Amino acid sequence: MLAHLPILQVILPFLAAPICLILRKPKLAWLFALIVSAAALAVSGLLLQQVYAGGVISYELGGWAPPWGIEYRIDLLNAYVLLVVSSLATIVLLGAHTSVQKEIEAHKQTWFYSLYLLCFAGLLGIVATGDAFNVFVFLEISSLSTYALIALGRDRRALWAAYQYLIMGTIGATFILIGIGFLYMMTGTLNMNDLAMRIDAVESTTTVLAAFGFIVVGTSLKLALFPLHLWLPNAYTYAPSMVTAFIAATATKVAVYVLIRFLFTIFGESYSFGRHPLAEILIPLAIIGLLSASTVSISQPLIKRMLAYSSVAQIGYIVLGIGMGSALGLTASLLHVFNHAMMKGGLFLALAAVTYRMGGSEIGHMRGLARTMPLTFWAFVLGGLSLIGVPLTVGFVSKWYLILAAIELGWWPIVIVVLVGSLLAVLYVGRVVETGWFGEPEKPGRNEAPPSLLIPLWILIAANFYFGIDTRLTIGVAENAAAWLMGGGSGL
Amino acid sequence: MSANLALILALIVPLVGTVVIALLGRWPNIREAATMITAISLFACVIRVLIGYTSGEAIGIEVVTLYEGLSISFNTEPLSILFAMIASGLWIVTSVYAVGYMRGAGEKNQTRFFTCFALSIFAAMGVAFSANLLTLFIFYEVLTLATFPLVTHKGDDKAKAGGRTYLGILMSTSILFLLPAIIWVYALTGTLDFAQGGILAGTIGPAASTVLLALFLFGVAKAAVMPVHSWLPAAMVAPTPVSALLHAVAVVKAGVFTLIKVVIYIFGTEFLIDVPLESIAVYIAGFTIVAASSIALMQTNIKRLLAYSTISQLSYIVMATMALAPFSEVGAAMHIAAHAFGKITLFFAAGAIYVAAKKTEVGQLNGIGRRMPITMAAFAIGALSMIGVPPTAGFVSKWFIIAGAYQLENYFVLAVMVVVTALNAAYFLPIIFNAFFKPEDQAPAKPHGEAPWTMVAALATTAALTLLFFLFNEPVLELEYSIVGGKS
Repeated sequence: MLAHLPILQVILPFLAAPICLILRKPKLAWLFALIVSAAALAVSGLLLQQVYAGGVISYELGGWAPPWGIEYRIDLLNAYVLLVVSSLATIVLLGAHTSVQKEIEAHKQTWFYSLYLLCFAGLLGIVATGDAFNVFVFLEISSLSTYALIALGRDRRALWAAYQYLIMGTIGATFILIGIGFLYMMTGTLNMNDLAMRIDAVESTTTVLAAFGFIVVGTSLKLALFPLHLWLPNAYTYAPSMVTAFIAATATKVAVYVLIRFLFTIFGESYSFGRHPLAEILIPLAIIGLLSASTVSISQPLIKRMLAYSSVAQIGYIVLGIGMGSALGLTASLLHVFNHAMMKGGLFLALAAVTYRMGGSEIGHMRGLARTMPLTFWAFVLGGLSLIGVPLTVGFVSKWYLILAAIELGWWPIVIVVLVGSLLAVLYVGRVVETGWFGEPEKPGRNEAPPSLLIPLWILIAANFYFGIDTRLTIGVAENAAAWLMGGGSGL
Repeated sequence: MSANLALILALIVPLVGTVVIALLGRWPNIREAATMITAISLFACVIRVLIGYTSGEAIGIEVVTLYEGLSISFNTEPLSILFAMIASGLWIVTSVYAVGYMRGAGEKNQTRFFTCFALSIFAAMGVAFSANLLTLFIFYEVLTLATFPLVTHKGDDKAKAGGRTYLGILMSTSILFLLPAIIWVYALTGTLDFAQGGILAGTIGPAASTVLLALFLFGVAKAAVMPVHSWLPAAMVAPTPVSALLHAVAVVKAGVFTLIKVVIYIFGTEFLIDVPLESIAVYIAGFTIVAASSIALMQTNIKRLLAYSTISQLSYIVMATMALAPFSEVGAAMHIAAHAFGKITLFFAAGAIYVAAKKTEVGQLNGIGRRMPITMAAFAIGALSMIGVPPTAGFVSKWFIIAGAYQLENYFVLAVMVVVTALNAAYFLPIIFNAFFKPEDQAPAKPHGEAPWTMVAALATTAALTLLFFLFNEPVLELEYSIVGGKS
């Protein structure tokens, strides 16, 4: 059983997805989905433990040895990302039933859970597999289910947002496929490890360069790097609250993982950064994205949209760390992948609670929240502090490492950019907090969200502080994974 | 109880107090009793730490390791003991005062007020006992956030605007300047622990250390060096007890305390003397002293006048610290205490005048000394201490600051001290004179006497402290000499 964990990780939610449809009753489907995702979470916990204990796990699908068969390869990096994805998916799902009941039409609710699991399986598959083509397959599975999930939103604009994302996402996926095809053409293999070894011999060819370009642009589209982020604000804004919380916490993170995997494991750090001006391209884009998206979010009347733009900005931080091409920078990026998942997951859940009670998440709905929904309000405040990067929160840990990495390289302007970014975060978070604290509520009196929404919300908020103080797990994993990706260390 | 336990309790007691006060909102009298019990037990803990320190007990706790070489830990040394003593001791007096003020002025949301107050004191204790810069930074930020609801207590547009300036300046400076400065130090040395003699020597060039010093000087906006001072006048929209304890003592002293710690235990005075442009910091502080006093001269609102006087007085401490002579460092430490006693008395008096007579402007004070003799006598003592006239506390610290100026033959410092004494006299003496010797412009609609007795008792106590500190400063002086390696 334990030997089959890598495939169980993916197959469990994958098989459970259609079963949800058979269950018909939304509440039953929700319970079932919750149990399945909790099981997936347990599996990823065990996987991380196994990797820690015994090193890299290689699982041969159907007993076919790599590079001929498909290999699932779990090292420290993807064990960590698997854990991030499955824990966030489970926590969000915990509160899904309450919110979905209100936001999605009754006959579509079982579909929601089915699609949710499918998307979840796709994301886990992308991360777990050691096969480049498999990445594309799972990418499509997760993307297609995401489009459908977004389109479940009651607002008619959700359809349009889903369509927009469909077009952009498909272009991205196609680019990735073309890139993988070129690599296969040159090396004759799809296994990532094998690819990494064989690519050295052909790395000076234009075909590999083209593959490199296609893959970088394709993944940048999926992870919403400026200026390829245009799909994200609409998708996050018009999707049902729970869908937003789920994809904001997981989907872009997985895309970041794909980028890191291709850049560092397959192409190798010296090819990606030594041969090509990748840093010179990624870093300016990250900076522009970071500053412009933060600025734009300050004036958003729709708080969901404000947080969506903030996500684009946070992607900027992550890409900035990758672009530095140093172990410390990569550590900062990996830290922020996890940390940002926690803060944005928490903040979007807070908005889900507001939407549940107030019927929307415009700035007007936040008025007087401190009195009408104090627990939700304080969760938002604390999550916002984490987003700003106040000490003792995870946001501070990421920021600390990112600045440390920039100082190590002597890149002082980057230090300033990062700091200005958090200052802008003070402005956009502060605006909401001020409205909630000083504003007069439309209907006075307590109107707190139900416990089913508050519990997952506060789990994530507590995590923001727990992992801001006890950093052994996150920093330990990120440091080791980064050292290993840079070609040193053991991967443990 | 061991001194180590007392140190732990000095942090836990105000935190527990915060929670208890918040829970007792329905019973105001028990709630206020909780505040008093918390304040008194906190002060007892701090005294126990002091006794432990002077008798040479090992004191230090590590709470949790955050990252490599960095932890949240606490210990104590003469400066931190002094700061903690003042903040916790005056909290007792302020609590007595605040009960009278909040009820007398009929303020709303009193539970929130007393809760945030206790939380702010907790943060101040954290700042005081930090064993490294990271711990200090954490509590520095907590102090900013915990005082925000106090500043905006009234909740009207004026309070909101004041709150924006307050949070805006304190947050932006700490993020833009202080945080990178701290991370920079860590990148250079691999540690952030406060150590006698500093940790930076030999790791950083002269030009870079000038930049680093500037980042600290402006990053610690709580010290209110110009041009990052404007949050302090903005904070005057808060109820007077907040202005008195937090914006004359705990918050602003946390700022100058941080700067002294950085100069002595991070840079090291000997290392800083060799930094070529270091004296610019002295000039900036000197400029702030004179400029803020000149602005104070033009203020018509009592609290704003006191705020600008605070900005000026804080820069005494900054200037003395940056002057780097042994006497100046001692003078800086002494002025933390001296200014605290005098300024809290002045604010208490201003609050008492507001509650008893509803007066807030300097021009309305004619003849008020006859209706409120105790209050105005206390005001006079506080004002004399600001000017630095014996027998008040202000004279003691001024003595050392000027002695330090001679020690390094720094005539700029000397000149500033002379000019500012004149300026202080120019804006405080007329108030006192008018209050006692001019007739009232018109009789008040409702004749009034002194404010509620709790307020009068509090301001009489702090006025007495201002006088007593002049006479009995020897123990404090002995203690503070050790920050510069003993009397020499």
